[in-house]
Amino acid sequence: MIESATIQNKLDVYSVRQQFPILNREVKGKPLVYLDNAATSQKPQVVIDALVNYYTDYNANVHRGIHTLAEEATMAFERTRDAVQQFINAESREQVIYTRGTTEGINLVSYTWGRQNIKAGDEIIVSTIEHHSNIVPWQILCEEKGAKLRVIPINDKGELLMEEFEKLLNPKTKLVSIVHASNALGTINPVKKIIDAAHKVGALVLIDGAQSTVHLDIDVQEMDCDFFVFSSHKLYGPTGIGILYGKKDLLDAMPPFQGGGEMIKEVTFEKTTYNDLPYKFEAGTPNIADTIALKAALDFVNEIGKEKIRRHEEELLAYATVQLGQIPGLRIIGRAKEKVSVISFVVDSLHPQDIGILLDNRGIAVRTGHHCAEPCMRFFEIPGTVRASFAMYNTKEEIDELVNGLQKAIKMLS
Amino acid sequence: MSDHKTISEIEGEIVEEFSLFDSWDDKYEYIIDLGKKLPPLDQKFKIDENRVRGCQSTVYLVADYRDGRVFYKAESDAVIVKGLISMLIRVLSGQKPDDIVNAPLNFIREIGMMTHLAQTRSNGLLAMVKQMKNYGLAFKVKDSFVNQ
Repeated sequence: MIESATIQNKLDVYSVRQQFPILNREVKGKPLVYLDNAATSQKPQVVIDALVNYYTDYNANVHRGIHTLAEEATMAFERTRDAVQQFINAESREQVIYTRGTTEGINLVSYTWGRQNIKAGDEIIVSTIEHHSNIVPWQILCEEKGAKLRVIPINDKGELLMEEFEKLLNPKTKLVSIVHASNALGTINPVKKIIDAAHKVGALVLIDGAQSTVHLDIDVQEMDCDFFVFSSHKLYGPTGIGILYGKKDLLDAMPPFQGGGEMIKEVTFEKTTYNDLPYKFEAGTPNIADTIALKAALDFVNEIGKEKIRRHEEELLAYATVQLGQIPGLRIIGRAKEKVSVISFVVDSLHPQDIGILLDNRGIAVRTGHHCAEPCMRFFEIPGTVRASFAMYNTKEEIDELVNGLQKAIKMLS
Repeated sequence: MSDHKTISEIEGEIVEEFSLFDSWDDKYEYIIDLGKKLPPLDQKFKIDENRVRGCQSTVYLVADYRDGRVFYKAESDAVIVKGLISMLIRVLSGQKPDDIVNAPLNFIREIGMMTHLAQTRSNGLLAMVKQMKNYGLAFKVKDSFVNQ
């Protein structure tokens, strides 16, 4: 009985793989081994179908038309909002704002809430392991307002030094903007603790969920974050659509981001009044097709089950950590206790780019470079890493391929 | 100077050399070998002014103009890029500015290394080709002033 229950709870990776048509392709005459999922994940057939169906059957602009196509498109477009609300457990559907992606979500908060609330002398806290998109928007804001950007240091495992973080907090701290899971190292940050500590000094917290939303259960209410941002394309959905969640009172008080159609209630040349949430932040014709297809991705993930996916990915990460660890000269960068399925490494004095080119030559797609996290790379005193990141469709055989490919690359380069 | 090979003659030689390789591994082994053999650039040239910045690998490039011809020296921190640099130097170094500016550099495509010039921000090679041509252009302009 126990055995059959275990099997039932195990992800059937081979049937999952069949849902992703791209995994059948070859690269340089070898079967594709796609290990660049932290950059973007591949798309299951249901997502591709949702895109095709929209353009084939009911392409129309949303919200304004009274004809059947417009109504069908609007319904599908808005159903995604409900699906996202459930996926992250937001209090209400109007707190789910469509953006182009994580970066735009962060910029939206910076340009609206930030401009309205940050003053000279205020402080914004980020961490050493942030993606550039959670550094630069705040730098721009700080420069404009005369505010100060402060940085949480890390230990050599790639974990935040929480005592140092608490020392940084003070009444001048207005915002803590922190990545949930690091794209470069995989580190999962203790966001609940960070949020609670920040709230005690009256600071708001934005969580960058670009890497975490695909791996972890997200409950924005339990987390008690003030803003949460993520992208569809890293969780099996299309590119060009992302989500900003915000607490309702904050979103209500924020000025609009962009002006245009859709975001207004009434326009006269004397005064324009703005639409209600979420439309206040959604000026212009939105990315309808990709938004609709995001729901297909969420349904797909829900149907398989995040718990099941996570266990599979944890198994892959553990296996890869052991297998890669046996390669002489290989050093894993980022050994946090809590990690998502991302493994970054360097090999002796070899340049990551050389390794990446030779792996590609065997059909193995990894990411090399600084992963848009230069301050993090600087901490480890390396120009970059090779990064393999795993998704629900990856297998242990693919990790064996990676190890083989690496051994050959090292031999060629040494 | 009649024994001087033209750009297209050297490109032809490289394409012919590569036609002997049956596999990508062999091609890369050869490029890596070229990279390892590329003479290191004197430390004094490794300054920001000479730096051609790519997202992942860094290239330093210097050019010298003697007797109407441009001579290049370069280095990178990545060995495959170094190998590609070595080939570019073989083709362009010692050529006339005009020929450098107009060189189509088709050999890169013909030996299957075009991906390294793609706009992926992944290396400084595309920027390096541009910079090599810029030097050619600069020396050409300088010449035209001198000759006025």
